[in-house]
Amino acid sequence: MISSRMKPLLDWIDSRTGYRKLTQEVLYENIPGGARWRYVWGSTLTFAFSIQVITGIFLWMAYSASAQTAWESVFYIQFEMAGGWFLRGLHHYTAQVMTILLALHLLQVLIDGAYKAPREFNFWSGLLLLQLTLALSLTGYLLPWDQKGYWATKVATNIVSIVPFIGPDLQKLVVGGPDYGHHTLTRFLALHAGVLPGLIIALIGGHIYFFRRHGIHAKQPLKKPDAKFWPDQVLADAIACLGVLFTVVVLTLITRGAELAAPADAASQFSAARPEWYFLFLFELLKYFPGESEIIGAIVLPGAAVGFMFLMPYLGQWKLGHRFNLAFVFGGLAGAGLLTWMAMKQDNNDPNFQRALRDSHHQAARVIELAKAPSGIPIAGAAVLLREDPYIQGPKLFAKHCASCHRHGGHDGEGNPVKDPQSAADLKGFASREWLAGLLDPAKVDSLHYFGGTKFKDGKMVKWVKKNADEPKEQEQLKSIIAALSAEAQLKSQRDADARDVDIIKQGVKLARGDVACTDCHAFGKPDPDAIAPDLTGYGSRAWLVRFIGNPEHADFYGKRNDRMPLFGEKQILDAKTIGILADWLRGEWYEAPKTAGK
Amino acid sequence: MQTEPAPGDDRRDFLKKSCAVCVGGAVGVVPALAGIAVYLDPLRRKADTGLLARVTSLESLPADGTPVMFPIIAIRTDAWNKSIAPVGAVYVRRAKGDQVQAFNVTCPHAGCAVEFQPEKKGYFCPCHNSLFTPEGKRTDGSPSARDLDSLKSEVRANGEVWVQFQNFETGKAHKVAVS
Repeated sequence: MISSRMKPLLDWIDSRTGYRKLTQEVLYENIPGGARWRYVWGSTLTFAFSIQVITGIFLWMAYSASAQTAWESVFYIQFEMAGGWFLRGLHHYTAQVMTILLALHLLQVLIDGAYKAPREFNFWSGLLLLQLTLALSLTGYLLPWDQKGYWATKVATNIVSIVPFIGPDLQKLVVGGPDYGHHTLTRFLALHAGVLPGLIIALIGGHIYFFRRHGIHAKQPLKKPDAKFWPDQVLADAIACLGVLFTVVVLTLITRGAELAAPADAASQFSAARPEWYFLFLFELLKYFPGESEIIGAIVLPGAAVGFMFLMPYLGQWKLGHRFNLAFVFGGLAGAGLLTWMAMKQDNNDPNFQRALRDSHHQAARVIELAKAPSGIPIAGAAVLLREDPYIQGPKLFAKHCASCHRHGGHDGEGNPVKDPQSAADLKGFASREWLAGLLDPAKVDSLHYFGGTKFKDGKMVKWVKKNADEPKEQEQLKSIIAALSAEAQLKSQRDADARDVDIIKQGVKLARGDVACTDCHAFGKPDPDAIAPDLTGYGSRAWLVRFIGNPEHADFYGKRNDRMPLFGEKQILDAKTIGILADWLRGEWYEAPKTAGK
Repeated sequence: MQTEPAPGDDRRDFLKKSCAVCVGGAVGVVPALAGIAVYLDPLRRKADTGLLARVTSLESLPADGTPVMFPIIAIRTDAWNKSIAPVGAVYVRRAKGDQVQAFNVTCPHAGCAVEFQPEKKGYFCPCHNSLFTPEGKRTDGSPSARDLDSLKSEVRANGEVWVQFQNFETGKAHKVAVS
């Protein structure tokens, strides 16, 4: 038999290492009263921590800590690497579950009285482990360098600055400089992946050593005969760990992994800033300590509560003290629960917060779409993709710079009504056939939609349309002119129609220069120094629009007769790039992900 | 085969022990100190202050004094990088006559970005509900310890609005520039 042949070898190994005694001690620990479910929490926490170490190390292999690569590398893990979303999801949800397990473990220890003498060191090391785990959460939340993590970390680290005397310096050390950036990430990563796990491993060693030194604190009365750790308790522990794993895997699968918000941007308001749910009560607490009393809610109270917990083993020696300890912890948990509920309730009932949340999801989805585009993420980082995206920035720019006079589909571009009365054209679909057909419609040309709000209300163009556009013959001709003029814009949405109607467009150009005589006032196709109305050559094209927004007073456009439109480029109200973004948006020119073919 | 320590060994033992502690300590301290020195480096780094930025022109600010938010794009030093990047944002509004008022969007309470909400008639912080009037004054019940941080601004002859951008320490009753 193999075992008889192996025996001399095993004896030799044992004589050199003493492994048998060690195994004996580790596995055959006596459990008074037998294995019980209430003893599983410590093991599930050790298990959860090992999930974090394993998944964390592999995430680390794909992560890059800098302001231009952190979000980008997490994006790559999440959306490009095989199974990356699953790995990240496991890490994310295990962190959440760990917090709950910590609370359960603490409660079990307190209720059973397992924190009392002689187990003080066991309890203290546990309290330290609790705090280190929370510190892991806090540091990990920043690492994706998305808006969520960035703004939540800003709040958390700003609290450091209110520490008397050394606050600002302390904050600089935590943040890695006077502002958030590369060194915030490198420091947080070193803490998250190195310092904190190292301390935790050392403390878990101590925690288990102290635990074994005094044996398990058996819950009285003992209902069953004593048993050994192996296999009785190990089996219970393993089943509990399986439950933890199952929970984490299900959460990961349901949500398809952890969320990734838009890349951090110091200049982009993020009104959906919230910490992780288990820090929400601390966040909410700050609302009740106005002014410089903030330090009480932010540092003194939480510090005192944790400080008090270190004294619990002393108090617990008396029956009344033990009860006080229990009341303290349950009261604290109830208070935290109440604050969390209040914070969530307010957010759920706040339309502005809900809008901010939708906006956040919208931006995240868009930047991910852009990052997945064939052009990919530039070296300058994904924040640039969003900052220069007409689809996201166009509506904002329009609302800010145009909507006090113009409209876009009746609103300000972002879908909000405008307070000021409309006094310039509605630019939705500008230069499209439909838009031009309205302009050349006698019933519409002097409506607010076109010239109605401007000083051209009774101008030559309006008069011409009213006079000529009614006749059936003119209407036929106008159709081809509209096609011709609209083709100048080379709109993406009309590419097919423009290609199809080549002949009509040719005819339209001819008419505009001939019978219908647009060129009496406008230049069209060639420069015309006598033209008094906007140049129709390239009308509505990107180049035309950029020049127009830049300087509507240019002789090619309205010249000196320009009605209140600011000279956005000439007066440097907007830079060239921003005007380009606005023009692209007005023309419906932005990246669209190819539709996934339906079955 | 241990022998009893002879009288007089105590003193030699003490010497040995002190030496062992000193040498053992010293070999550990050197790398630790080298590390800590580098770790403390951020204390030497100064914030970019006095960034003068042109944010808009007077004519594009609403006449009724409604504030408008503008990003501040400036030369930003981030450790080894220097680039033109957004460093923050400001709210700018028309005050009396041709004067403007400018505020850092950072809430002086905990550092979230405030948002001007017309229906609340002021700048609202989405984090802890601080509310400031359009003039930047704190309203009752706001947890912020001070008013919104105003920034130096000027309107130049050609109508350009310039703002001197700065960040301030949060959570304090007095405005202290981050340095």
